Amino acid sequence: MYRYRDSSGLKVGHVFSAFLVLALFGAHDTATAQTTAPDPLSGKLVVTGSSTVAPLIAEIGKRFERLNPKVRVDVQTGGSSRGVTDVRQGLADIGMISRAMKDDEKDLHAFTVARDGVGIIVHKDNPIRTLSDEQVIAIYTGKITNWKEVGGKEAAITVVSKAEGRSTLEVFLHYFKLKNTDIKPHVVIGDNEQGVKTVAGNRNAIGYVSIGTAEYDESQGVPITLLSTGGVPASTESVRNGTFPISRPLHIVTRTAPAGLAKAFIEYAQSKAAHDLITQQYFVPLAN
Amino acid sequence: MAETLNPRQDLREWLAFVLVWGAAAVVTAVFCWLLGDIVWNGLSRLSWTFLTAPPESAGRRGGIGPILVSTFLILGVCLSVSLPIGVGTAVLLAEFTSDQSLFGRMTRRSLDVLAGVPSIVFGLFGNAFFCKTLGLGFSILSGGLTLACMVLPILIRSTEEGFRAVPANYRLSAAALGLSRSTTLIHLLLPAAVPGLLVGLVLGIGRAIAETAALIFTSGYVDRMPESLLDSGRALSIHIFDLSMNVSGGDANAYASALVLVIMLLLINGTAAWLADRGLHRRIVTV
Amino acid sequence: MTSSHSNILCRWQTDDLLCWLLRGLAAIAGLVVVVIVGFLIAEALPVLSLIGLGRFFTDPSWHPAEGFYNLTPMLWGTLFAMAGSVLIATPLGILSAVFCHHYAPPAVARSYRRLIELLAGIPSVVYGFWGLVVLVPLIGDIHPPGPSLLAGILILTIMILPTITLMADASLANVPQHYLRGAAALGLPRWATIRGVVFPAAKSGLFTGVILETGRAIGETMAILMVCGNVVQTPSSLFDPIRTLTANIALEMAYALGDHRAALFVSGLVLMAMIVGLAIAAEWISRGRIYG
Repeated sequence: MYRYRDSSGLKVGHVFSAFLVLALFGAHDTATAQTTAPDPLSGKLVVTGSSTVAPLIAEIGKRFERLNPKVRVDVQTGGSSRGVTDVRQGLADIGMISRAMKDDEKDLHAFTVARDGVGIIVHKDNPIRTLSDEQVIAIYTGKITNWKEVGGKEAAITVVSKAEGRSTLEVFLHYFKLKNTDIKPHVVIGDNEQGVKTVAGNRNAIGYVSIGTAEYDESQGVPITLLSTGGVPASTESVRNGTFPISRPLHIVTRTAPAGLAKAFIEYAQSKAAHDLITQQYFVPLAN
Repeated sequence: MAETLNPRQDLREWLAFVLVWGAAAVVTAVFCWLLGDIVWNGLSRLSWTFLTAPPESAGRRGGIGPILVSTFLILGVCLSVSLPIGVGTAVLLAEFTSDQSLFGRMTRRSLDVLAGVPSIVFGLFGNAFFCKTLGLGFSILSGGLTLACMVLPILIRSTEEGFRAVPANYRLSAAALGLSRSTTLIHLLLPAAVPGLLVGLVLGIGRAIAETAALIFTSGYVDRMPESLLDSGRALSIHIFDLSMNVSGGDANAYASALVLVIMLLLINGTAAWLADRGLHRRIVTV
Repeated sequence: MTSSHSNILCRWQTDDLLCWLLRGLAAIAGLVVVVIVGFLIAEALPVLSLIGLGRFFTDPSWHPAEGFYNLTPMLWGTLFAMAGSVLIATPLGILSAVFCHHYAPPAVARSYRRLIELLAGIPSVVYGFWGLVVLVPLIGDIHPPGPSLLAGILILTIMILPTITLMADASLANVPQHYLRGAAALGLPRWATIRGVVFPAAKSGLFTGVILETGRAIGETMAILMVCGNVVQTPSSLFDPIRTLTANIALEMAYALGDHRAALFVSGLVLMAMIVGLAIAAEWISRGRIYG
């Protein structure tokens, strides 16, 4: 047994080193471009993190590539926490985070690119148009289980919540001062669109998603409605003027003070030139 | 089996008849519903520009050109690694090892387990091994290698079946003629086992091309035209997942991308069936 | 090596070379699974050594951010979804194969087979997408909330059906023709022939198909994640939402750090244990005949 393993282990090694050589050969062009370039605006930027921010940064990156033809911006999705770890470990040049920075993340340099709100959605056929904070808390902790108790139809409430680790969940829990162990969900979802599709497919569901996503889907005829929170209607407009209570900044972060290419990219992402892309992805540009 | 019995001859016969046709009808109906849904919603977006243009606005508009290229590159890496290993292992298991040998039994058992490993576990493994330990990062190479591990058992099993289907007297005649086993293998057995290999290839490609969970953590998310195998490239199935789950208003393009995937599968399956028919035909003619 | 003495036919030098080359390739193929398990264990070790395996089955709940790591409800979720889908898909798949071989006219059988082959390759994302948009609202109308064990079972059934159908089809094709001729000569009607002659002859292949589809049912991720509701609980009815072990990894992996991430690798290990158990069961029942 052991002798088999030894000899074959060697073979595995050979094959893989052969592949590595092959791979490096294939990557020869880009590798040289990275090392020999005297021009700061050339090379490759690796950006990882929040799936909420990823489409936006990918679009900004594409335009940045067009402006600086020698630059490549690689955007990988994942989650905010992956953005943080990848940047800390040096796997990525820039991380994307879709929430406020935590206290133990003070070592990173954070730059706000845009804002986004978290809005509560129900099915369009649901007559409810507003819920107080207490009612939302009671629904999510399982104390209210029927729409009748908040003035709606006689129907059991389907509570849609997000999976552990998602920034949207953290923002939601933070605003309502809840712990994830308190929440009694009927459906747990991953990304925003899954939430929208789940609520659109269930007349008695309640969920919370990124306002931009919900607003866009609502305008496209998806049968959902955004509820007001704290008396403020949920819309990108109320997030823009700062009145909507549940909102979050979208950050990009670096480990060291950005220089060269990373600096240029971050400055570009924060500049007015990127505002139309931010609006196009249904986020709110910073007023500056 | 062409002649049909009178269904009323026997109640049991009649019941079985209803049951079998019923099962086939249910299966066909469900699948027509599903395929019809994809075709109905995807067809309007499908055009030559959709196939060649790069995606715009996170995939809501534009096409899938670079994504198709990445998908084919991943598939290429996957097959160029898994084919030699797979065929080699199948030859060893079918021709060079007896069923009782320890090495053969261990390999077989480990392949049985490998065949059942969930794709998400391949994703975890590929991410930890190819991306991090070997330092390939998020790349087409990492994705292709991960898929290669995944399709190996399918490839090996069908190829082995192909070899076992070759009549034993081929081998005996070759041995009687004093041919070496390598010659026998290359000139006699390999051509005869081609149909089995093709079935494995089709199943393997089908599995690889449809894979999402294993690729999300390995080949990555970048939808630009890849420039080398070390670039990250988004596979078609990941594109569909992202469009339907993460991008609002991406449904139309998600449907169209799914339709492209289905058409590609049809082409691959059709080619393989045609090749298998031809291979079978030629074998019968030469014998 | 120990097995070379069994290859007394390796007389030529090229044959020796070929033998070794093939053994090397087979060793790579065989070692993949060892490497995978090794990596899973290495990644899971931090949390395993910290809290031990026991707590993964005795903790009050699954809230890894707050230090609770109970996997049992997800284990049940995986098992229920698997059992339900295998129970439905197996008869459907075998009957489909019988349809192809003994009932349908050749042209119909050929196109039916093409259809099934096509379905084998449709990405799970597409099934999940369809399930989320079409199936889940339908179930929600009957009994809310909609995303449920039932939705998972139905989607899984559709997904594993091609596997069992294609395997059953292949094993029915391998039934020797003279068995059928013998049955026909005895004047046996069609179904009696199938039940009394074809099924027993094709038993091992059918069994392999069931094992393979069970493996797929355990391992399916994306579609399940989209339609099952993903609530960590032991279901008490078909309409309760569930989370499977695979969906757990896919949902939380990208967001997990430290012990949480390691705990997800433990989920992966539990899945591997189930697969190994399945392979052992298969070998025990069929006595190593899974490979034909």
